[in-house]
Amino acid sequence: MTVKVVYFSWLRERFGMSEEQLDLPEAVKSISDLFDWFEARGEEFAAVMEHRDIIQVAIDQTHVQDKNSLIGDAKEIAIFPPMTGG
Amino acid sequence: MSTKPDIRIQQDDFDINAEIKKLTQGRTDIGAVVTFSGLCRGESDTLSALELEHYPGMAEAEITRIAEQAIKRFGLLGISAIHRHGKIKPGENIVLVIAVSPHRQASFDGANFLMDFLKTRAPFWKKNHLINGDDGGWVDAKDTDDDALAKWEKK
Repeated sequence: MTVKVVYFSWLRERFGMSEEQLDLPEAVKSISDLFDWFEARGEEFAAVMEHRDIIQVAIDQTHVQDKNSLIGDAKEIAIFPPMTGG
Repeated sequence: MSTKPDIRIQQDDFDINAEIKKLTQGRTDIGAVVTFSGLCRGESDTLSALELEHYPGMAEAEITRIAEQAIKRFGLLGISAIHRHGKIKPGENIVLVIAVSPHRQASFDGANFLMDFLKTRAPFWKKNHLINGDDGGWVDAKDTDDDALAKWEKK
């Protein structure tokens, strides 16, 4: 499954990119699975995932509170730290 | 008549009076206008600018969702919100919210509600740029912003 993943704020800086197309394995079904997959992806990704409890996710531009939510046929997944607008 | 929120994300500054006029011109049913504007603080002359990053598309969509809730919950006759992005210097505007209603309480509550939810749900992130040239880092989210949402829980 190919999905566009976008990063913001310090996640974007740490990963050194604002977006990428990811070809995810079949086993990655939920946001939680995706975070596990990131942990195994390399040092920098694992370091960011140490903050996985505060990292937030939007699927197709809608907030997802439950990390067990399924990715399904999402077109775009956004991963970012707590928001600080206003 | 259904009320549609007017939500804009832009780099440019905004004119508060012009925005009030857009909401009120030609209407006689509005009895109250509440505006909130948020400005960039200089943090005791240490900050050269705030850099506002946003998630294009979702930023508009999320503030629109919050504004639609505010209209419904408080019976607003209109609501506008403008959030700027890019580099913003101390003293400059960051955000504007205007709520209009027949009586004042709905507008006060509507503007307050929109700001409280915007702070924690609208995809914006602030980075500090310091006068001494140092990287001031990303602004941390405040627990007080999360706490502010509790008062809107329906009892």
